[in-house]
Amino acid sequence: MTVRDIIKILDAELLYGNDELLDQEVAHACGSDMMSDVLAFVKDQAVLLTGLINTQAIRTAEMMDMKCVILVRGKDPLESVIDLAKDRDICVLKTPLTMFSACGLLYENGIRGGKSK
Amino acid sequence: MTFQYDVPGDDFTRAGEASGDLKKKMKKLGFPSDVIRRVSIALYEGEINMVIHANGGHITAEVSSKEIDLTLADTGPGIPDIEKAMQDGFSTASDQVRNLGFGAGMGLPNMKRNSDEISIETELGVGTTVRMKILNK
Repeated sequence: MTVRDIIKILDAELLYGNDELLDQEVAHACGSDMMSDVLAFVKDQAVLLTGLINTQAIRTAEMMDMKCVILVRGKDPLESVIDLAKDRDICVLKTPLTMFSACGLLYENGIRGGKSK
Repeated sequence: MTFQYDVPGDDFTRAGEASGDLKKKMKKLGFPSDVIRRVSIALYEGEINMVIHANGGHITAEVSSKEIDLTLADTGPGIPDIEKAMQDGFSTASDQVRNLGFGAGMGLPNMKRNSDEISIETELGVGTTVRMKILNK
């Protein structure tokens, strides 16, 4: 599945991305509002689903080499969050779905949780 | 090669700038991605700790082909019980910090997990210095 497919599945809005980011293949994802836990437990997941809309969601993705952050529950991030994502070349999507529903739909379509540490 | 960073204590949104910058530099220098990841996570957790507990501090990163030595020094309140602070899930962070996505009590344990050696010197009311060594292997 590519990020483009995810946009369709989650009825998501693209807040930042480019062709290269949108066409990349994604197999694993994780969902958390706690960045501490993402840093401690996540291994090679390329996508982060979160309700956290501050810059630390992008920084956490950056440290973990994740390529896409999906903001759930329809939350709008500050402009500074998008600016940071552009600078770090990380795709940002926004979906009106809740965390549970967004994760469920991705799982149903073949995305898995991957290994944890 | 030595890199120095000041971590401002009053601006949570900037926590992680040093880790991001060091990550970029290590990529340019051609370090393996798993070594870069371990350094990034250990340093980022440290930066977050400095901002939420110690009103900022100073980072020195010494980078060589053999190892990466990180020194994080602050003049914060010190850690009353290091053994407790090293336990998974133990946290003294405020609800405000938790709302920002941190304070799950995984910071120091995660710094330990991602480094090959860690030492913590702390004195109440004086400050804390954390030293981490990550081998380039």
